[in-house]
Amino acid sequence: MASYPLQGYRVVDFGSAWAGPQMAHIVADMGAEVIKVESRNRIDYGRMGGAASRKELLSKTPEAIVAADPDILEFNPVFHLLNRGKKGITVDFTKPEGADLLKELIKKSDIVCDNFTPGVLDKYGLSYESLAVIKPDIIVVSLCFAGHTGPLKGTRGYAPIITALAGLDSVVGYPDESIPCGPRFAYGDHVAAIHGALAMLIALIHRNRTGEGQYIDLSEWEATTSLLGEPLMDYVMNGRIQKPRGNRDLMMAPHGFYKCRGEDKWVSIAVKTEEEWQSFCRATGNLEWVEDDKFCDRYSRLLNQDELDRIITEWTVKYTPEEVTSILQKAGVAAAPFLIAKEQYRDAYFRERDLVVRVEHPKAGAEAYYGIPLKLSETPGKIRSSGPLLGQDNEYVFKGLLGLSDSEFDRLIAKKIIF
Amino acid sequence: MSAQALSGLKVVEYGNFISAPYCAKLMADMGAEVIKIEEPGKGDESRDYGPFPDDTPHLERSGLYLYLNTNKLGITLNTRTRTGQEIFRELLKNADVVVENNLPALADEFGLDYHKLKEINPRLVVTSITPFGQTGPYRDYKAYPINCCAVGGVSQSVGHYWREPLTMPISQGDYQAAMCGALATMVALLARDGTHRGQHVDIAEADVWATYHVGFGITIHAFGARDSLRKGYIGGGWTYPARRVIPCKDGYMALCAPQLKQWLKFLELMGTPEWTKNPKYRDRHAMEDDYPEEVDALLAPWFIERTKKELFELFERNAIPFAPLYNMKDEMNDAHLAERKFFATVERAETGTLKYVGAPYKFSGTPWALSRPAPLLGEHNEEIYCGRLGYSKQELVMLHRSGVI
Repeated sequence: MASYPLQGYRVVDFGSAWAGPQMAHIVADMGAEVIKVESRNRIDYGRMGGAASRKELLSKTPEAIVAADPDILEFNPVFHLLNRGKKGITVDFTKPEGADLLKELIKKSDIVCDNFTPGVLDKYGLSYESLAVIKPDIIVVSLCFAGHTGPLKGTRGYAPIITALAGLDSVVGYPDESIPCGPRFAYGDHVAAIHGALAMLIALIHRNRTGEGQYIDLSEWEATTSLLGEPLMDYVMNGRIQKPRGNRDLMMAPHGFYKCRGEDKWVSIAVKTEEEWQSFCRATGNLEWVEDDKFCDRYSRLLNQDELDRIITEWTVKYTPEEVTSILQKAGVAAAPFLIAKEQYRDAYFRERDLVVRVEHPKAGAEAYYGIPLKLSETPGKIRSSGPLLGQDNEYVFKGLLGLSDSEFDRLIAKKIIF
Repeated sequence: MSAQALSGLKVVEYGNFISAPYCAKLMADMGAEVIKIEEPGKGDESRDYGPFPDDTPHLERSGLYLYLNTNKLGITLNTRTRTGQEIFRELLKNADVVVENNLPALADEFGLDYHKLKEINPRLVVTSITPFGQTGPYRDYKAYPINCCAVGGVSQSVGHYWREPLTMPISQGDYQAAMCGALATMVALLARDGTHRGQHVDIAEADVWATYHVGFGITIHAFGARDSLRKGYIGGGWTYPARRVIPCKDGYMALCAPQLKQWLKFLELMGTPEWTKNPKYRDRHAMEDDYPEEVDALLAPWFIERTKKELFELFERNAIPFAPLYNMKDEMNDAHLAERKFFATVERAETGTLKYVGAPYKFSGTPWALSRPAPLLGEHNEEIYCGRLGYSKQELVMLHRSGVI
């Protein structure tokens, strides 16, 4: 029998959109049984769209879309990616009988996680306090934009707003442009998801040792700001407000993305020590740079970076990123190609480290997901399945785990509790 | 003080700069006992990095070092000496976890080969954080965070598509790898409850970017939608404003309005200007994909007359998810963070009392705590070498003289 590191732990996942589902799939990858809760009147918005059809779908309500074509919710590959390895149930917990059903499931679970705006679970009698009454050692990880206390607790925020308010965007950009640009991906969501999974497991270690459960209030804003200790310290110590530095580094020069042969081709190069600089000059056939007053030591190089970048680019444009990487790495200099998704998909590195995994979805067919970056030598994780179809595990959970009779199960379906 | 979640967990940190130290800090802040090993006389590289109070460099006053090493015990040890290596093995005998971030070839040289460590202590979890991992074609490549951003694909999503890509700033990749290192270590510890065996945890910084952060790009590509994330917010296809930054009177505002009602409400607050009637500015998809800068320019005059604070309050009141780009000063002075007690202070020799960034999560039962500041170089040598390993104070002096500690 295959054994996964988190096998035997059960998680009830109320997540929707990005951060919540990702937090739970991280532990599903490692073997936890994650049961995703949806209902037909509370569908995970992540099911909507899909890269191909987002335009049409964004203009409609979920109910209208399902009414037109029930299967349409089963084709978003990004939803399948973020909910891989999970079981799926549909319960309308806005009705007391639905909430009671979930309480029965939670009694048999270890962890509950959600990314609702504060107060949603409380409203339906599923607050941590009420869950702790029926299951004293339950662990609840509740993730939201600004946390569950404080004047901004009700604020609704999306990923781009998290990094803005968290202070990250103010240091992302080109130093020669006046407006910082910030990242164009949902960094704040991912940061919160990883922290959420980490918090969950720390709490689980504590519970296993002491029998005590607890509630974890995770603010996406704070989780992101917690990674900015260094610029914050600069403000505390010197009152300095750091600005975007682009690809400039405080310790390394050259340091940046350099243009290569071909359209939109770039190579990243970073040189720290004098030894690396000498190797760099030797490998590129420019030993005279070592003696040049402008580049002879790190201090000079940091002062003359514009010129340094210009002369290096004159060299890199003659080669492909892979050629530059190979020449420099052989000389012990840090260099690596700039890869886009299409290139990653075929790259030997991605293949050998299992970073692209092909998974079959029962309706959508073969899809490709990112692999598991948590590599354990003895008990590795595994992507055991694609994302769940809406309500696909209702029978397993309600009849199997909770022991409902066939007639009771049918009655709850008829009453639209299991819905 | 009540026990913390990871009280009793014994961690040895044998690393440098950001990734391994931050990984161990995540555990130390939740109660694990972390013994940080530094090179005698020199210490962790982060001690040279700064920022320094009043811009005066000092080994004991670097802000990066102070932040990354809270709640740890610090010892010095020269693992290039045979005696140093023996002491290192002695420390690992009683540890649950060792965290390191040396390149694989170097790690083997220092005796960090997992198969050897397993013989010393079969329950040990060895967590290695490297740029490209313990396997694969780039295993022995030298790399810094920018190179991991390149291969990991995150730089597709930073910077403009018509310019050079950008790295994620302030070594964010090292932090991401550190978080995943701590996460995988927790998985390994939970698995150990059943197997009674430790294992080797292999975290590659490039992998972390390529999966949790921009790995969805691979899914989208395989699906036939697009080849890269070079253009648009998370690959494009959104409505204006998916994510725009507009200057205001005293800074910048970030705009994001996935729901039509949010956008309409915003236009209403602006007084529904004449241009909003032009069909060109009613197609939010085209506005985002084809001429976002043009729309930015139409909004600019209204924003530039207003402050961050006044705009944030107005948007907050009207449930519009626009917010200011906080800088570090805004962060430190924010009332919401203050009420949540996000920042913590601790007193330390050499630096006095400083404000530190706080917990990434709030545990109700066993909270994050800033119990002790980052150690001075070799501060806990006596406590560990004499108190734990049984050396006499005289032997300690000898170890010092011979360059071992």
